[in-house]
Amino acid sequence: MRVITYRQALNEALAEELERDDNVVIIGEEVAEYNGAYKITEGLWKKFGSRRIVDTPISEGGFLGLGVGAAMLGLRPVMELMFWSFAYVGFDQIVNNAGCIRYMSGGTIHLPLVIRGPANGGTNVGATHSHTPENFLANTPGLKVVCPATPYDAKGLMKTAIRDNDPVCVLENTLLYGDQGEVPEEEYLIPLGVADVKREGNDVSLIGHGRAVITALQAAERLADEFDISAEVVDLRSIRPLDEETVLASVRKTHRAVLVDENKPFCGVSAQIATMIQERAFDDLDAPVMRVCSLDAPAIYSPPLEEQQLPTADRIIQKVLDGMGA
Amino acid sequence: MTTTQLEKSDVDLDDFAKATVNAGLTADQKLGFLRDMLRIRRFEQASLKLYQQGKMGGFLHLYIGQESVAVGTCSLLTPDDHCITAYREHGHAIVMGMTMDECMAELLGKATGCSKGKGGSMHFFAPNKNFWGGHGIVAGQTPIGMGIAFALKYRGIPGCCLTYLGDGAVNQGVFHESLNMAALWQLPVVYIIENNGYSMGTSLARSSSIRSCLAERATAYNMDWDIVNGENLYEVRAKTFEAMTRARKEQRPTLLEINTYRYYGHSVADANAKKYRKAEEIEFYKQNHDPIRLWQKQLKVEGVADDEVIAAIDREARQEAENAVKFAEDSPFPELEEIFDDVYYEVDQGTEAGRTGRHFFND
Repeated sequence: MRVITYRQALNEALAEELERDDNVVIIGEEVAEYNGAYKITEGLWKKFGSRRIVDTPISEGGFLGLGVGAAMLGLRPVMELMFWSFAYVGFDQIVNNAGCIRYMSGGTIHLPLVIRGPANGGTNVGATHSHTPENFLANTPGLKVVCPATPYDAKGLMKTAIRDNDPVCVLENTLLYGDQGEVPEEEYLIPLGVADVKREGNDVSLIGHGRAVITALQAAERLADEFDISAEVVDLRSIRPLDEETVLASVRKTHRAVLVDENKPFCGVSAQIATMIQERAFDDLDAPVMRVCSLDAPAIYSPPLEEQQLPTADRIIQKVLDGMGA
Repeated sequence: MTTTQLEKSDVDLDDFAKATVNAGLTADQKLGFLRDMLRIRRFEQASLKLYQQGKMGGFLHLYIGQESVAVGTCSLLTPDDHCITAYREHGHAIVMGMTMDECMAELLGKATGCSKGKGGSMHFFAPNKNFWGGHGIVAGQTPIGMGIAFALKYRGIPGCCLTYLGDGAVNQGVFHESLNMAALWQLPVVYIIENNGYSMGTSLARSSSIRSCLAERATAYNMDWDIVNGENLYEVRAKTFEAMTRARKEQRPTLLEINTYRYYGHSVADANAKKYRKAEEIEFYKQNHDPIRLWQKQLKVEGVADDEVIAAIDREARQEAENAVKFAEDSPFPELEEIFDDVYYEVDQGTEAGRTGRHFFND
């Protein structure tokens, strides 16, 4: 199968959906003439023109609200945030409007809207640019949240998100944009709400989303090589809707769960997964559910320290060993 | 405070009566404006009673005193045009064709309400009538109105979106972002500031730095603007029509400031309603600037209606409001299971997407 980058995979998803449906319109800062701050939209403006690919002023609240209004009349706006951290100046539009209007209208309105962009630490840009708001977003009934970890997932989830009739937040990762992976030439979709077992194993389940999955895979490799521990890696892919069954099936098989999460620990996504496991698979557990999250402070700038602040393979391995009583 | 605009106690409606959009009005249409203004007022007076009886939760932001603005502006809409406003929206909702029954039931949180009891007073919607709410966060609707205008232009539909806000909303950042983008991209939106003089308990003079008026701020965005005497129904229609024509034909936005006045507090729960302005000020408006009273006078001058006709229209409006109260009181509350309906379209429709993965997280 051909190999492309996560960035190209997203670009293809956007291009294909733009081609498929005239209602799809890409809106955001530097998405058109600049070709995208992270080049996700590269070439789209040249191909589809200024009607479909719209550069905005730096006004996240304003243009996110514009997306909500345009979606009301049936457009399918794909709003790019240069960083999800910038959503914080437009949170009212995402949470109150995209998230609640359907409900407050008694179901008379639906909003086929995608809000996408990178949401990650690890690039030494300080706390303001390193937020991971998937837990905030998923805490709002009405919003859907997906966090692709691989090029294959990025393309399939993005295409589904654009066709979904509810607001979908797609949280990408600048550290993954250059990652390569197999992506078929032919069209495919990945449903929201379906997790993916990225590596099979028997001794412990490593469960995460986004780049944490990649880190977990590295840890699993070393656990096998160095400690003869067989770790299964479950990629949530979609935070809301959530595929609980795949997670529970894995835990019932391995009897141990270590949750890996680039969110901060307090009320992070992994906190929800932990509560679900103890509620529904308590008797299957041989050890407490454990977590490896970002260290609980604002994202530090200092490059060697920030690397340690995010979940590392070393920390995952140590946590697994602790849980195995080693 | 722009009360200077309103100091004169008698309004000459004749000048704007000659405007094209008004000159051709039939007697029935003119009576229709009176009917709608009275319907709004009687609806709200009835809702106030329910609120005072403790039958309603939350807030109730009354529109009473401002009726000519919603009636004058919304009466100009065609099926290609749209309307969106903030939380003082009962008047707009009624003029846009929502029934008193569904609105009153919504106020009581009933299943028969326009939002099935899920929105409340601040969140009425009727997308099938081009009415997009009903928004609770100050200025939060202003970029949405721009987005509706964006979609109209994108689709080549010759309509516009009337986007209302209060004078308290003009200092929110997102409103300025919207003005900038609307002017930059030449979007068919008409922003209408309903300036009732107070943002909650803070007078305009204490909240906004202006040169002559709020609408003049549009000049900073190279946008057309105008100031309107809201008690003059003909003027409201004439000037709004001009802005709508600019939007529809030239796809250029306008910022209108319509001066008006509310008789009640910011909401009925406004504890200081009688402290930040004098009772005499309110009484002066009621006596001299009440838009319904002025319109009734005009209809009599024009020979369109006499006291008897006016009284009959008012009786019907009161009756309609009374019936709506009965309808609302007799209606059931939503069932607890319905709390999970209307969150996700895909779930409600039972699509494959709606059936995949867990969407709700109670047990």
